[in-house]
Amino acid sequence: MDAKPPEDSAVTRRQFLRNGARLLAMTGLGVAAGGLATRSTGAATVWQIDPAKCLRCGNCATKCVLEQSAVKCVHAYAVCGYCQLCTGFFAPEPNALTTAAENQLCPTGAIKRTYVEDPYYQYSIDEQLCIGCAKCVEGCNRFGNGSLFLQIRHDRCLNCNECAISRTCPGDAFRRVPVDHPYLLKTTSR
Amino acid sequence: MLRRLKFIGALGVMLLMALLVSAEQRFPPPDFENGYSLPSTSTPAARQLWLQYGDTAVFLAALGTAVWLIYKKRSRRGVFWLSLFSLAYFGFYRKGCICPIGSPQNIVYGLFNPGYAVPLTVLIFCFAPIVVALFGGRAFCAGVCPQGALQDLVLIKPIVVPPWLEHALGVVPYIFLGAGLICAGTGTGFLICRYDPFVPFFRLSGGTFILTFGAAFLLMGMFVGRPYCRFLCPYGGLLRVASLASKWRVRVTPDTCTQCRLCEQSCPFGAMREPPSPETNPKWLRAERKRLGWLLALLPVLILAGAWGGSKFSPTAAQLNPTVALAERYARQQIHPVEYGLMTPEALSLQRAADNPAAILTQAADLRRRFALACALFGGWVGLVIGVKLAALSVRPSRTDFEPDRGACFACARCFTACPNERVRLGLAPAAQGAEPL
Repeated sequence: MDAKPPEDSAVTRRQFLRNGARLLAMTGLGVAAGGLATRSTGAATVWQIDPAKCLRCGNCATKCVLEQSAVKCVHAYAVCGYCQLCTGFFAPEPNALTTAAENQLCPTGAIKRTYVEDPYYQYSIDEQLCIGCAKCVEGCNRFGNGSLFLQIRHDRCLNCNECAISRTCPGDAFRRVPVDHPYLLKTTSR
Repeated sequence: MLRRLKFIGALGVMLLMALLVSAEQRFPPPDFENGYSLPSTSTPAARQLWLQYGDTAVFLAALGTAVWLIYKKRSRRGVFWLSLFSLAYFGFYRKGCICPIGSPQNIVYGLFNPGYAVPLTVLIFCFAPIVVALFGGRAFCAGVCPQGALQDLVLIKPIVVPPWLEHALGVVPYIFLGAGLICAGTGTGFLICRYDPFVPFFRLSGGTFILTFGAAFLLMGMFVGRPYCRFLCPYGGLLRVASLASKWRVRVTPDTCTQCRLCEQSCPFGAMREPPSPETNPKWLRAERKRLGWLLALLPVLILAGAWGGSKFSPTAAQLNPTVALAERYARQQIHPVEYGLMTPEALSLQRAADNPAAILTQAADLRRRFALACALFGGWVGLVIGVKLAALSVRPSRTDFEPDRGACFACARCFTACPNERVRLGLAPAAQGAEPL
């Protein structure tokens, strides 16, 4: 519609519209950025599981985008009863209270049971083997002190914008926490 | 099963006894006599904050370098190496999950959910490429986006997408953007991140569906230049609009266009536009004006029709939200109970709803109201996008040279060396003898 601008005229109609649009967009972006920046904490956040809400469904083992889930079982030793018959370690009705594979609840044998003193045993998690299936967490929470629980391990987690596990979590247990306090550790059994 | 129940029963008795002893813990922590000290739970730290600011600095530096390479150096090789760096850094090193493509969702989520403070890094990642696009076009797409770089790498034999298909598919990014933003605003999830086809490749792991989706895009990308950027990327859509108002633009020729059409084939993304024929029939011009007028008049009708249609979809769309879906499943369960397996996620979530039905139901009712508004807005947005696209097709372009389309141009700098005048400027070709450039 408009022809090539004459040499002396500074702006054509389209250039004028373009400049106006740019000015408008910059103002809008400035207002939006300013408004959001005042509410922004500056601190980044990471995903974490609230152990109080976790229902131990087993999704954490399979729904993570990583082939080996970033969710692992962790142990709050201060809460643990050091039971000889640990319901997080032994399968229901174990043949014997030994570390033989058929007695263990963990599908990958990731819990190490070591003798401390009669009748106490220490249970610790081998994170290389743990798949985050929560079988032990269920056993420990249902019948024991609940010292085993799931946490996202931040040396593995990619901190996806939308955590793929959180979307399928039946307990709505995932939330973002400040990066300088990235764990929600249990200090009591409940 | 019976064995299990017996076991549970026996444990129940044990438990009761334990509870009598200690209300706090079923099995009180022992007092060790052999000097055993409690191990502490390890807490590997998350990625340090200063490293995240480092990522932002790298991002801004890459954006600046892209603009400099495109406008000052006019160097395709430079842009190519920069995009490879971005692919390595933002793609394979940072696993594609610090990227501007999904960031508008965080902004909208932050606006509608006061509990969520948008981190500063996200603000910068979202706004910096738009500001750059307002001045220098889609430099981000050319040199900084790892998704774009990956598609650029696999491109071997670009075919021309017919204009009707190009324009029709061109509205998809905006519709996807609208869908992503209403999902983010209602707290339903981040659709744009969920359906990013290349991030699973950066992570080297992913589900079957998304890997197939990504592989399809990569295969398509061998013959269609940057299919994700052109026909799906919502952030690319935003940058496209922003670069329509850009101050500077990519020019193929350093001085005058000789209308040789050599640059036309150099663009694999179909962004090169022919100047309209200078002689115009006043009759056509009148018809064109009339069509544009009608289309502009049609715009409000399209928006209203879209909003109406969108609001019809709101009950269905609301089910995308996990809370609404749970509330509906709970309500159905009251009428037609379904047996779910013990300890399955379905059974457990129903149990959670049954523990406090009022909370879930009120939350769901609130979300449905939000969805009613959001779906009407989304429908109106779809109407607006289609209407504006139709109107834009009827606006006569005002160009006299062969030029890349402002919006569609990724500023990849491929066309520069296709221009004979540029080759003369670089000293790659002798200056034309006899024939003066027009």
